[in-house]
Amino acid sequence: MAEATAGAAPVLLSRRPSHTLRACLREPKVVAGGCFILFLLVLALGASWIAPKDPLEQDILLGATPPFWLPGAEPGHWLGTDDLGRDALSRVIYGSRVALTVAFVAASLAAALGATLGLVAGWYRGAIDATISRLVEIWMAFPPVLLSILLVAVVGAGVGSVIAAIAIIDWTRFCRVVRAETINQASADYVTAARAMGFSQGRILLREIFPNVLPVLIALVSLEMGIAVIVEAILSFVGLSVSSDTPTWGGMIAQGRQLLHQGWWILAAPLAMLFLTVLAFNLLGEGLRRALDPVMRR
Amino acid sequence: MSDAALAIADLNAVSDRDGEAILRGVSLTVERGETRGLVGESGAGKSTIGKAILGILPRAVRVTSGEVLFEGQDLLKAPAALRRRLIGERIALIPQDPMTALNPGRRIEGQLTDGLRLWRDLSAGAAREAALKLLDEVQIRDPERVLRSFPHELSGGMRQRVLIAAAFALEPKLIVADEPTTALDVTVQKQILRLIRAMQSAHGTSVLFVTHDLGVVAQICDRVTLLFGGRVVEEGRTADLLQAPRHPYTRALLEACPRYDQPCAGLRPIPEQIIATLRAEIAA
Repeated sequence: MAEATAGAAPVLLSRRPSHTLRACLREPKVVAGGCFILFLLVLALGASWIAPKDPLEQDILLGATPPFWLPGAEPGHWLGTDDLGRDALSRVIYGSRVALTVAFVAASLAAALGATLGLVAGWYRGAIDATISRLVEIWMAFPPVLLSILLVAVVGAGVGSVIAAIAIIDWTRFCRVVRAETINQASADYVTAARAMGFSQGRILLREIFPNVLPVLIALVSLEMGIAVIVEAILSFVGLSVSSDTPTWGGMIAQGRQLLHQGWWILAAPLAMLFLTVLAFNLLGEGLRRALDPVMRR
Repeated sequence: MSDAALAIADLNAVSDRDGEAILRGVSLTVERGETRGLVGESGAGKSTIGKAILGILPRAVRVTSGEVLFEGQDLLKAPAALRRRLIGERIALIPQDPMTALNPGRRIEGQLTDGLRLWRDLSAGAAREAALKLLDEVQIRDPERVLRSFPHELSGGMRQRVLIAAAFALEPKLIVADEPTTALDVTVQKQILRLIRAMQSAHGTSVLFVTHDLGVVAQICDRVTLLFGGRVVEEGRTADLLQAPRHPYTRALLEACPRYDQPCAGLRPIPEQIIATLRAEIAA
């Protein structure tokens, strides 16, 4: 019994940082997902050096050429071109910028908002908890995609509004999980002991409870990044994200859908990237959850 | 009476959930330097008393009347700041489960020095010195390593030693020990009891020892209060109560204990009639 309870310590903070890192690196999902995200980050940051062409440069004479392994491919355009003759590979690379920006910023904002409300609800309980919990339930009853389209349509298109829309919609995921975990931690004896010691509620919440909620939160943020990438693509697809002169995967998919009879590859490249990115974030999140959660490790 | 470290008078508490009484007019005193046992079966209200003293009652439990006198102050009515100081600095808790009573995410050093830094304003270095001395006092070998450790790196017995060290850190006047040995195995239990006993007499601390185990009471308590259904059934010096119980419930309870000198005697449950009589008394 002693052993089982001893193992329940959250690994994230109860080990030295190097131990936590090693526990994560032992998890193949973390390695696979993490490597792809890292690769994507390099692409996004170094897009202007890595992309072979200017993603906006048009060449009507070279419209809708296929990728290199198909007959009729144009040398230099590895993944072919769209109907305006813009280089698909370069556009996919540049598209990762918007996708990753939205993923990181929107997921962090949603996590910050949701975790704060979740901590408060789980710690104070009572009327505050009831109010926040009802709010979450009402919030979750709206269809998220419709709500985000509505929000962006009202506020106006752009990366900022896409990020705001995702944060405003998805904080509920964090709120629910963090609230549950806070309630769980708050019932532990160490919290009672801290109360008897005379520590303020704020200190107990931030210094005793929050660090023990963090592992769950981190795994959730990674999953949320995958969701944010999809939502951004959906909003780009319906033309509510950034302006059309910035390449986005969703925008490319929308364009490719109209040109499906001219060439399927226009749609395929951004779709593949979207698929791989979301998969990578999900793998990373799932892997982190396993690596940081001692119950799953056994 | 005037010398008492803690005097509880006519304490009543109810559950907000079903309105049922949890404590019914409990009075008890803990004299200076003594270990007072607080015994009862599950639901007798023994832990509620400990929690009421420390101001850590669960939300669903409400004290309706009575007083808890400590250092001339009624802890139930004292202003919040004074209460926080009295309880935080002058009363300590040895919690029940050493597995969950330490924060799994913090090193021992921080948790052991929390009180010293909060109430004594010690610097990190001075607090560390004090912590090393405390660990030495609770017979922990290699205290330097233990300070650096996280709770899950220590055994149950070690953690309980750390918690005892933390309880004595501020030289409190009163320690509430809430079943501190229940979660430990029997050999460790014995060591921990001895340690609490030794620390208590060395520091002249009063202890309110909450337990359901009469064997533990026999080993550590000077006087005992026996509770049933939120009410004091019998109290007195430990030896008297165990050897010459006056109340039929006490007698039945003692007979219900398994005895190692009569291993084949089997277990005798407390007669229903005694329970029924007690319930009727309480209801009246």
